[in-house]
Amino acid sequence: MSAVPLRLDNTLETPGERAPLVLGDSSLAAITEQICEIAERPRPSRGWLLAFGVSASLTAVLFAMIGYLVWTGIGVWGVNQPVAWGFAIINFVFWVGIGHAGTLISAILFLFRQKWRTSINRFAEAMTIFAVMCAGLFPAIHVGRPWFEYWLAPLPNQMQMWPNFRSPLLWDVFAVSTYFTVSLMFWYMGMVPDLATLRDRATSKIRQIAYGIASLGWRGSGRHWHRYERAYLLLAALATPLVLSVHSVVSFDFAVSQLPGWHATIFPPYFVAGAIFSGFAMVLTLLIPVRRIFKLESLITPRHLDNMAKIILATGSMVGYSYIIEFFIAWYSGNPYESFTFLNRALGPYAWSYWIMFTCNAIIPQLLWFKRFRQSPWLLLVISIFVNIGMWFERFVIVVTSLSRDFLPSSWGFYVPTWVDILTLLGSFGLFFTFFLLFLRYLPIVAMAEVKSVVPAAGLELGPHRGHGQYWGEIPHQHDEEEGR
Amino acid sequence: MSKGTDTKGTLWGLLAEYETVPAVLEAASKVRDAGYTHFDVHTPIPIHGLDEAMGIKVSRLPWLVLGGGAAGASGGLLLQWWTNAVDYPFIISAKPYFGLPAAIPVTFELTVLLAAIGAFVGMLVANGLPQLYHPLFRVERFRRASTDRFFISVEARDPKFDATATRALLEDSGGAPVIEVKG
Repeated sequence: MSAVPLRLDNTLETPGERAPLVLGDSSLAAITEQICEIAERPRPSRGWLLAFGVSASLTAVLFAMIGYLVWTGIGVWGVNQPVAWGFAIINFVFWVGIGHAGTLISAILFLFRQKWRTSINRFAEAMTIFAVMCAGLFPAIHVGRPWFEYWLAPLPNQMQMWPNFRSPLLWDVFAVSTYFTVSLMFWYMGMVPDLATLRDRATSKIRQIAYGIASLGWRGSGRHWHRYERAYLLLAALATPLVLSVHSVVSFDFAVSQLPGWHATIFPPYFVAGAIFSGFAMVLTLLIPVRRIFKLESLITPRHLDNMAKIILATGSMVGYSYIIEFFIAWYSGNPYESFTFLNRALGPYAWSYWIMFTCNAIIPQLLWFKRFRQSPWLLLVISIFVNIGMWFERFVIVVTSLSRDFLPSSWGFYVPTWVDILTLLGSFGLFFTFFLLFLRYLPIVAMAEVKSVVPAAGLELGPHRGHGQYWGEIPHQHDEEEGR
Repeated sequence: MSKGTDTKGTLWGLLAEYETVPAVLEAASKVRDAGYTHFDVHTPIPIHGLDEAMGIKVSRLPWLVLGGGAAGASGGLLLQWWTNAVDYPFIISAKPYFGLPAAIPVTFELTVLLAAIGAFVGMLVANGLPQLYHPLFRVERFRRASTDRFFISVEARDPKFDATATRALLEDSGGAPVIEVKG
C-alpha cells in the first residue's frame, strides 16, 4: 500500500510546497488502525508490565513518604531556617513547568495553524495533566498540616476569616487549579471523537460500554462538529494567555518577595521560557522511545522532532540569555546584596549546582544548531534528558542559594536534602509514569481525528481552506476529482 | 427528540453512506436544497465547508463564553474586594486592603476558568451530549462513521420526509447503500 518509504526525509524545505505531515499510508482507515491497534492489544507487552511495575512501586514509595511526613512532621525533610522551601517547592516548579509544553502545543500552535501539532498534541497534553498532578501534590504536602488545606479556598468559615488575596501564594492556588481544570477539559474534549472510534471498534462488551460512556455518545454529527470546533477554538484562545500566565504567577512567588536573587522583574518571562523549554524536553524524552516502540515513525516524523528541537533551541537560548542578564543586572544595579547573591551562586558552596544548570540548559542545547543533532532521535533524547536535569537544578539554584545566604551573615544556613526528600522526588516520577503508562495502554495516544483532518483524504484543498477550525470554505463541485482513498 | 414517536420498530429515518469528502459535501447541499431540516451528516473528521453545505447557522456559543468570562472577571474582583477590604480588612506588609494590581492574577484566572467551563459545558449541552443511546448506533455499518466513512441521515419526523422520495434523493446523490433506521 505505501509506496512512500517510511524513512523519507521530510525535513527539507521546498519553497511553495508543504512538507507531508504523514508519511506512508495516509488513508483514513490506515491511520485509525495504526493508532487504535495500540489501545486494542489484548494484553500488555512485557516491557510495559515491567515499566508499570517499577512506576507503581515508586508511587507506593511516594505515598509511604507522604504518610511518614504527615505522621511525623515536616522535620523529616531537610528544610530549616533560613531554607524553608526545599525540595517541595523545587519539585513543584519543576513539574508545573513541564506541564507547559502540552498547552503550548495544543493551544498556541493551534492558533498559529501549526498543523504538525496534530501528531503530538494528545501525547503532550496527557503529559501536562500528569505533570500538573505531580506539581499540585507538593505545595499541598509542604504546608505540613494538609488537613487545613481548605483554608486556601475563600470559604465562609466559623473563624470569620478570609484568605489573603494580596499574597502571590494564593494567586498560585488559583493559577494552578485553573490551569489543571482547563487543561483537563481541553484534553478530554479533544479525545471524545477518538474515544468514539474506540467504542465503534470495540469487540468486547466491557470495552464498548467503557468507551461508550467516555465518548458521551459522540456520533460525528455535522451539527455537533460545528459547535465542537467553535468550542475548541475558544478553549485554545483561552488557554493561550493561561499558559503564559501560570508560570508568570509561579514566578511571582519569588519575584514579589524582597530576597536578593528572587526580586527581579525578568522572572515572569524567564520562567515562562524555562517552562516551555523543560516541557518540550520532557515531550521528547517520552516521545522518542514511544515513537519507536509503537512504530509511530510515519506519524511522528523526523520533521516533528526537528520542529520540537528548534523550539528547545529557541527557548533554551532565552533561558541562557536570562542567566547572563541576571548577572549583568546584579552588577549594574549597584546593589551589594544582589551582586553577592550572584557571585555566591557561581562560586559559593552550591556552585556545583549552578554549573550543572548552566551547562545543561545554556550550553548543551546549543548543539541543536546543527542539523545532525536535530535529526538523530537518540542524540536528541540524550540532549532532552540533559535539559530535564538542568531545569530541575535551575529551580534548586533559585530556591536554595537565595534562601541560604541573604542579607545578614548571622542568619545564613545550609540546606541538605534528606533521604525522605530524595525518595519523594523519585516517587513523584513514579506517579507520573504510572499515569503515563496507563494512558499509553488504554487511550488513543495520537489525536486520530485531528491527524486525519490534515491528510489529503480530508479534502483540505477543496475550496479556499484557511485552516482547521474555520468555517468559510465553499461547497466544492463533485465533478472535479474522485478524492484520494 | 420526542419519545412518543420513537418506539421500537418504527421508522426513525434513512441513512446513506458515502466514501469521500467531496461526495458527502455535494450530497449534503442537495439535501439542504431539497428543503430538509431534520437531517445530519456524520463524519469521522470535521469537514471544511460542511456548515454551508448543510446550512448550519453560526453557533452562538461565543456569547456564552463571553458571559462566563464576564462573570469570572466581575466575580473575581468582587470576591477580593469584599473579603479583604470589607468583611475582614487586615493590614499586611503595608499593602492597601484592595489594590487593582494585586487583584489582577486571581481575576484573570477566574475569567479564564469560567469562560472555559462555558465553552466546554456549553458545547456539550447545546449538542445534547452525553446521549448514550441513539437509533443510529444500532446500524452496524454506522460504526465506520468514526473511522473512514461519511453518512447522511434524514429523520422521518422531517416534514418533507417521504420514504420513497427521500430514498431516491439520497440514492441520486450517490449514497450507497441507503439503509432504513428503526427507532
